[in-house]
Amino acid sequence: MLKGHLPLWEVFVRGRRGLDHKHIGSLHASDAGQAMKSARDTYTRRQEGVSIWVVRAEDIHASQFENDASFFDPAEDKVYRHPTFYEVPEELKL
Amino acid sequence: MIFTDEQGQFDAIIEAEEKIEPRDWMPEKYRLNLVRQMSQHAHSEVVGQLPEGNWIGRAPTLRRKAILLSKVQDEAGHGLYLYSAAETLGVSREEMMNDLLIGKAKYASIFNYPTLTWADVGAIGWLVDGAAIVNQISLCRTSYGPYARAMVKICKEESFHMRQGYEIMQVLACGSAAQKAMAQDALNRWWWPTLMMFGPHDSESANSQQSMKWKIKRQSNDELRQKFVDQTVKQADHLGLAIPDQDLKWNEERGHYDFGPIDWEEFARVVKGGGLCNDARLEARRTANDEGQWVKDALMSYAEKHSKSDVDQVA
Ligand SMILES: [Fe+2]
Ligand SMILES: [Fe+2]
Repeated sequence: MLKGHLPLWEVFVRGRRGLDHKHIGSLHASDAGQAMKSARDTYTRRQEGVSIWVVRAEDIHASQFENDASFFDPAEDKVYRHPTFYEVPEELKL
Repeated sequence: MIFTDEQGQFDAIIEAEEKIEPRDWMPEKYRLNLVRQMSQHAHSEVVGQLPEGNWIGRAPTLRRKAILLSKVQDEAGHGLYLYSAAETLGVSREEMMNDLLIGKAKYASIFNYPTLTWADVGAIGWLVDGAAIVNQISLCRTSYGPYARAMVKICKEESFHMRQGYEIMQVLACGSAAQKAMAQDALNRWWWPTLMMFGPHDSESANSQQSMKWKIKRQSNDELRQKFVDQTVKQADHLGLAIPDQDLKWNEERGHYDFGPIDWEEFARVVKGGGLCNDARLEARRTANDEGQWVKDALMSYAEKHSKSDVDQVA
């Protein structure tokens, strides 16, 4: 009954100056211009944003491994990357 | 913690009140359960535009018209948030739309009732959106990340829906005798169908027990319904309108209002397609789809032409 739908886009919105763009959802649109207009109407009806990015969903590469935990694992045993690892005189408030 | 088995990891995430995210392993039944619930929810938002949309052209003032337009546009937005969240489960928008248009997918049966007077627009905002809020606040804590995030966004927008409805009722309830009667009549017609929105009693709902275990649902149908009744009684009192239920009374022991039996036969009949507006609602969706197809086609062929000419220029 239905013909093919329009391509999928992911939408990122900067809430206000000084903040990062944040993923807010997705939508279907024929091209970037339409995606931009739809993103405005769908995701910023109450001044939720001052800037929008739209990206074709198929252009996003996501980390996805059999075992995500082992992909991020190398960070786990390097506790010396955190300031709390070090013992320094407390009174110096370093 | 690293789990060697997928099920163990999934269970641990649920147990720890963390969220399941799109590409995580999940039991197939969990996925299907979510697809059903989220697409039904999306369809309800979309079909829910129709009863109120019916009054946009006849809103009594420009202020009311602007408010109603804005509310109905929000409902379209809610549908879109939910479809896009459901798509992360690997179901396509076309499939979901198609299931709605062929009458396979369900949507909230409340929207199969007609909006006969302007007071119905008030009653819908006050009661139907009020009930939806109770349900949706609970779903902000659902275990599937994209669904929970969509709910948070939706809840932020819903409270204006309820307040504008209550305000309409207030104006009518303080108006002429005829206006007050119109408000009372709307309350009489919408009260029971609104209570049905929360679904069958817990004892009758096998689906919902599994959903609670998986934390897709966080509170049972009866709990949510009770919460709605408890909060709505004083709102009706304040309007000077009477809730059409002779059994409604405060139960000191339970700390809740008792209320009369729900007509589940009517509920089943409307769900199965026997409501006053089932056919009209689906017909409106089909027409919108068919008559809007040329716009999508034109947009797509424009985009294709455009991207080809971009390539030509580069070459
Ligand atoms: Fe909504
Ligand atoms: Fe709403």
